[in-house]
Amino acid sequence: MENTKCSGCTGKDPKMEEILNQYKQTKDNLIQILNEVQEYYGYISEKSMAAISEYLSIPRAEIYGVVTFYSRFTLKPKGKYHIAICLGTACFVKGSEQILDRAKERLKIDVGETTKDGMFSLEATRCIGACGLAPVFTVNGEVYGKATVKMMDEIIDKIMENPE
Amino acid sequence: MVRLTINNQEVEVEEGTTILQAAKKINIDIPTLCFLKDINEVGDCRMCVVEVEGKRGFATACIQKVEEGMVIKTNTPAVIEARKVVLDLILSNHDRECLTCTRNGTCELQKLAQEFYVDEIKYQGDRHKHELDDMSPSIVRDFNKCILCRRCVATCKNVQHIGAIDCTERGFSSTVSTYGDKSLNDVNCTFCGQCIQSCPTGALKEKDGTAAVWKALRDEEKYVIVQTAPAVRAALGEEFGMPIGTNVTGKMVTALKTMGFDKVFDTNTGADFTIMEEANELIERMNNNGTFPMITSCSPGWVRYMEMNYPELIPHLSTCKSPHEMFGALLKSYYAEKEGIDPKKMYVVSVMPCIAKKFESQREEMENSEMRNVDSVITTRELSRMIKQAHIEFTNLQDTNFDSPMGEATGAAAIFGTTGGVMEAALRTAQDTLTGQDLDKIDFEAVRGGEGIKKATVNIAGKEIKVVAASGLANAQKIMEEIKSGKADYQFVEIMACPGGCVMGGGQPIRTSKERSSIDIRKLRADCLYSIDEKSTVRKSHENPVVKKIYKDYLEKPGSHKAHELLHTEYQAREKYRD
Amino acid sequence: MKTLEEIKEIRENKIKELDLRVNTASDTREKHILVCHGTGCTSSKSPKIIENFRKIIEEKNIENVRVIQTGCFGLCAKGPIVIIRPEDTFYAMVKPEDCEEIIEKHIQKGEIVERLLCKDIDNTVVKKLDELNFYKKQKRIALKNCGVIDPENIDEYIAFDGYKALEKVLFSMSPDDVIETISNSGLRGRGGAGFPTGKKWSFTKMAQGDQKYVVCNADEGDPGAFMDRSILEGDPHCVVEAMMIAGFAIGANKGYIYVRAEYPIAVERFQKAIDQAREYGILGENIWNSGFSFDLEIRLGAGAFVCGEETALLESIEGKRGQPRLKPPFPANEGLYGKPTLINNVETYANITKIILNGADWYSSIGTEKSKGTKVFALGGNVNNTGLVEVPMGVTLREIVYDIGGGIPNGRKFKAAQTGGPSGGCITEENLDTPIDYESLQAIGSMMGSGGLIVMDDSKCMVNLAKFYLGFTVDESCGKCTPCRIGTKRLLELLTKITEGKGEEGDIEKLETLCRNIQKASICGLGQTAPNPVLSTLKYFREEYEEHIKEKKCRAGECKALMQLHIDPELCKGCGLCKRNCPVDAINGEIKQPHVIDTEKCIKCGTCINKCPFHAIKS
Repeated sequence: MENTKCSGCTGKDPKMEEILNQYKQTKDNLIQILNEVQEYYGYISEKSMAAISEYLSIPRAEIYGVVTFYSRFTLKPKGKYHIAICLGTACFVKGSEQILDRAKERLKIDVGETTKDGMFSLEATRCIGACGLAPVFTVNGEVYGKATVKMMDEIIDKIMENPE
Repeated sequence: MVRLTINNQEVEVEEGTTILQAAKKINIDIPTLCFLKDINEVGDCRMCVVEVEGKRGFATACIQKVEEGMVIKTNTPAVIEARKVVLDLILSNHDRECLTCTRNGTCELQKLAQEFYVDEIKYQGDRHKHELDDMSPSIVRDFNKCILCRRCVATCKNVQHIGAIDCTERGFSSTVSTYGDKSLNDVNCTFCGQCIQSCPTGALKEKDGTAAVWKALRDEEKYVIVQTAPAVRAALGEEFGMPIGTNVTGKMVTALKTMGFDKVFDTNTGADFTIMEEANELIERMNNNGTFPMITSCSPGWVRYMEMNYPELIPHLSTCKSPHEMFGALLKSYYAEKEGIDPKKMYVVSVMPCIAKKFESQREEMENSEMRNVDSVITTRELSRMIKQAHIEFTNLQDTNFDSPMGEATGAAAIFGTTGGVMEAALRTAQDTLTGQDLDKIDFEAVRGGEGIKKATVNIAGKEIKVVAASGLANAQKIMEEIKSGKADYQFVEIMACPGGCVMGGGQPIRTSKERSSIDIRKLRADCLYSIDEKSTVRKSHENPVVKKIYKDYLEKPGSHKAHELLHTEYQAREKYRD
Repeated sequence: MKTLEEIKEIRENKIKELDLRVNTASDTREKHILVCHGTGCTSSKSPKIIENFRKIIEEKNIENVRVIQTGCFGLCAKGPIVIIRPEDTFYAMVKPEDCEEIIEKHIQKGEIVERLLCKDIDNTVVKKLDELNFYKKQKRIALKNCGVIDPENIDEYIAFDGYKALEKVLFSMSPDDVIETISNSGLRGRGGAGFPTGKKWSFTKMAQGDQKYVVCNADEGDPGAFMDRSILEGDPHCVVEAMMIAGFAIGANKGYIYVRAEYPIAVERFQKAIDQAREYGILGENIWNSGFSFDLEIRLGAGAFVCGEETALLESIEGKRGQPRLKPPFPANEGLYGKPTLINNVETYANITKIILNGADWYSSIGTEKSKGTKVFALGGNVNNTGLVEVPMGVTLREIVYDIGGGIPNGRKFKAAQTGGPSGGCITEENLDTPIDYESLQAIGSMMGSGGLIVMDDSKCMVNLAKFYLGFTVDESCGKCTPCRIGTKRLLELLTKITEGKGEEGDIEKLETLCRNIQKASICGLGQTAPNPVLSTLKYFREEYEEHIKEKKCRAGECKALMQLHIDPELCKGCGLCKRNCPVDAINGEIKQPHVIDTEKCIKCGTCINKCPFHAIKS
């Protein structure tokens, strides 16, 4: 599709346009697009949903329905350090719940929340397939295997001491 | 044909028939809840499960097609237990305040609870706790009463092509919500109210207007006038157990008078004015090379839809106010003057088949001399509630006539309540005006009937005029896309937001899914209006003596300056979404 | 673009070069250092190991040595794993700083680095991979190339008979021949339900439609299962090839693979495989002038377990909420975009090329009467050798847990094993000798599932286990149908109530009624199988439920609310750590004297247990 509108005049985000223009304007591309938006922005904003709605001619409520259905999509930005603790069976059996509890206690946030300073966010994930190393958690996608409460403490300390 | 056995009875049905339909054919009832014929056929609620011999698990009667030689059991102990568990589960997550629910007595869930003799809440646990959305002038959403049947979602998305609501979240947290969980007031909802018609429970309802009306009636200072729309009289009786399509005009007027309204007038008189103005506008556009096609503007849900979705095409919309707004404007000007009533003390109540009229009456444009044209809008359902509150035995009432002089109306106005009716009424007046004759041809069959889009070419005074009547917003969208792309060659377009027109409006009595499956409700109600038209002595708006007199005495002529001031309006482009 | 002749040439040349990978007696001066680059080993720094090896080799200017990143070797518990070929030396738990020593000693001097060798459970030092008990009872068909080839190199795949099955199918078989072979092999769907694969193919072939699709279900979500991911990471081309064969058999020219976005390495490798196959002209129009065209696309999942259900998966590919469709119609008739669609899971596809090349008889000679071939299991939980194992159908659970898995760690007792994840059930000691196949597992109240196999020792409470699985189901229920949406929630609430010591008479019956009806009335497999963990624990451990309800006792000590904490005076040294850390001042005692817990005040938070350096606090 040729887009003759000037992105500056319409208040459109050029990156968003770039993402959209890779895809044909068919409904089945919705999840692909959302995955890219989530990946790039770290969350799906109302502005993004509005742009996608217009591009794919899908009502916004339906897009909102899809976004809230899939747990990978978030409506709020994640923390700079996103900690995800696996609660898959293998990890659960090996005590990942205690590690999660510890992270909640340390960061004073619940699952799905982000700390006020935007540094940390917490997620309880389903199996990430690293069962051989159970229990595991990830920080910004990096996997920490055979994890312990102590390990969680150390990592949080390390980030807190040296936020960069 | 397919032969099968249901509960040991043999039945032969056409291929493609569902188990539910086949069972109905031999009078076997299967309970349903999420099923809404042609609209929501998804099999989600699991009330309609049945056993099929040789099959693992249950079959879903509402959508599963019959197969040759099938042996079905619809009421084995296992089936009954499963349905009961499903019902118990739904009830465990339902706001069970039945006594104070709008739908007490008309709730499909409540009915099932009675049928299954639910005598305890079996499963206690978490319940939805959502805030009530009563921000919009028309619709109240109470999600705590929602049972996730999604009939409303399917109606909004597939029938109306709006998609203001959808299913969001997942699992136990699933809800029916809007984009960003905003109020319906802040999203692309048109307030057509078809969602309310689909809802089996009280999760969706009209914003109550009865309290304000009672208050006005109690106020001795106020001169309270009520007007009733054409479609109301064809449906109100249903609320009192009368057959669908019974004309209850006389009883309705008697009831209103009994309740203490100072005057009971007919919106149909307003509709006759609408025809005068609209036909005149059409002719003026023809003569002055105006914007074509011209599109009717009496359906406020449709107008809101247009303002949100096709703002660039607003010049196509007729500038006419809708009949009850025109009528309100005339009551507070001409009538007040004539009767010597202080218009500021006048309180005009409109009884409408429509939910969007509530929104319309609050539009800033619907005002003259700093007075609202209409003060309060209640629906057919709300009127029935008021009559019940007043303990009026509706079915035993004697008939009385509307008050004079604003209660006289034509057959043309009566058919406003059904799709194609406005078009037909306008054509009757337009052809007489253009030919200067009193023509006998007054039935325009081509624009009658229940189809969503009815196209016709009519010959008026030697001119071929292409017209189309569309009802339901999905059909409206089709016509608008034609116009937008320049492919439309119509001169005159009638659009009603609700499929079937006002008789099927969002404010009309709610019929159950089962009734909607087996009865053509639209036809019965529309036939009632056509029969009123047929029996009317005056069947053309321009021949209404009251209309003639008011033009002569007050408005001068259609399209005059005064007429424009009182009877016409303007539109605004609207954002679909607000923060 | 490569012609068929050129592909054959690559195969002939490359296999000579790669002989050392599979032949310990290979006559070569070359050495290949294979480093596992699966998700497990990657998370314990295997990319750094690869980098270090390459750097050292370059610095030292060593010739005839190549470092290969491979897929999963299976024994994740011992990762990162490094294997040196052709001698097949197996180094376990290698750290990046070990690379130098391996190069200097092993590669340059030919000496084995003893300290990095792996010890088996019986403490014997193992030098070679196949000496490990872990591998002895395994038979690798689906995982044949995993850990052998570089998954990002199409030539290596071609060398080991890659795309040879496709060639055979395109030039010497009819679609019906292919379907007949698959049918005769006895292969059944490895995704869980075990539907005969040949039958599925045949239904889709017979379905009327101008357009048909082949779909690969790689939305592996069973907690504890990761075989599909390992196959995609270790041997992506075998899935590409199998999907093409399926396309040829059913008359489809377009395929989709639906992969979890949480598997980035698998996604990347599969995309590379598609790109390479396109570049070689293996995917595309009129492949090798055979008249057959096929192309493939990846679709990413977005975190919804239910999308592993085939119709929910189709909805998701179409860009919708992943809510299952009612069946019938089955995907074979009305699938993706309403067209006939064949859906198989990754592991099923991974068997196809081998069946085509070796014949149906070969495949059906492996396994049991009704369950043919092998099954890959992800062994996890309280077992020594966690990881990926592929065994012939019919081996017993005991063999997997004890012979392959090396038994239960920490001297604890085996209590139960769960197969089939949240859809399955538990298997107890008495059923340990049940041969593993679809029917036998079902008969004892469990199911094959996609292959997660979680072992539990006696420290696990079975009510709590059921609660855990229901918690998962409740989170992952799509919310479409009532029994699953509300019913599983109510099950979870009842189980929670019981584990919190608030269980009442009649709760077990309520659980049973709910289970029975959720099973029968739910729309899809997720709901229909959701009650299984409750039913199977009720079947085998009913007394534990009764204890929780009547005696307010949790014999495994897992249910905190039922826990009564006390301090063992023998072990307590009176250090006071517990007292200082107790948030509710429930611990009393003088310094250097045994402390006591006031059970009235105690909120069972467990802080004292974690703090006590002498493990004196018991429940």
